[in-house]
Amino acid sequence: MIPLSHYLILAAILFVISVIGIFLNRKNLIVLLMAIELMLLAVNLNFVAFSHYLNDLSGQLFVFFILVVAAAESGIGLAILVVLFRNLSSIDVEDLDSLKG
Amino acid sequence: MEFKTILFYLFSTITVLAALRVITARNPVHAVLFLVLAFFNVAGLWMLLQAEFLSLALVMVYVGAVMVLFLFVVMMLDINIERVRAGFWSNLPLGILVGGLLAAEMAVVLSGRYFGLANLPPQNLPANYSNTKELARVLFTDFAYPFEIASVILLVAIIVAVMLTLRKRKDNKAMHSSDQIAVKAKDRMRLVKMAPEVELPASAKEGDKA
Repeated sequence: MIPLSHYLILAAILFVISVIGIFLNRKNLIVLLMAIELMLLAVNLNFVAFSHYLNDLSGQLFVFFILVVAAAESGIGLAILVVLFRNLSSIDVEDLDSLKG
Repeated sequence: MEFKTILFYLFSTITVLAALRVITARNPVHAVLFLVLAFFNVAGLWMLLQAEFLSLALVMVYVGAVMVLFLFVVMMLDINIERVRAGFWSNLPLGILVGGLLAAEMAVVLSGRYFGLANLPPQNLPANYSNTKELARVLFTDFAYPFEIASVILLVAIIVAVMLTLRKRKDNKAMHSSDQIAVKAKDRMRLVKMAPEVELPASAKEGDKA
């Protein structure tokens, strides 16, 4: 049988890959969103693995709610992206300086 | 080696490779497609973990809806790839540093003697166990209130997405029923007091001049 730590290590690798992806794609907003999706996937994998090995369904319920929030987040994020592209004709993060922050 | 172990290593290898391609792909469309591949393989892993409902929900909700949405948006936007890719690898050292730190911290926790991972045996559920049924039983009893909140969050997301991208046309000739109802008679018709004018015959005018 596969031990729990294998799943946790896989989720950690996925999470680290997406963190590095956020650093690499600092200009491309759409790949940033994808890296965030990948992060949520890694966290969900942890939840499901623990839920299975501890025989507790709460972990899977939590994944369910994370999926809901992630779907809402990506929907709104992509809507903002479309409006942004309409106004700026670019999705470069460095162009988003109209607030002078 | 057991068949499930082989499946686990197959799924996890493809997931990691696909994730690496997601963050390095030059073309955003390819990145989305590799993300779909990663999601499919993680769904397979969840199936191995006997979370059938979530595995299928991941395929349907994520691959079927969210990823297609991503694909639509990527294709709608006309991205200047050369500009976006400029200085792509220059952030790699910092990324490797932060990622390595994270990985080291996780390794310290996961391999700790007191974490007790080895004490957790995998569960062997009976053959007639229904993951969907058990999940639904918990979801609609103990988690009924969070479930309602989740539905409200989705509703808000729908409204926000529509309102953000809604564009009013300038040459729209549609009628506004609220404006029509609110109109009053004096907005439409104006009574003007003025002196009466009498039209004189043409011959009378000629006679006056002479």
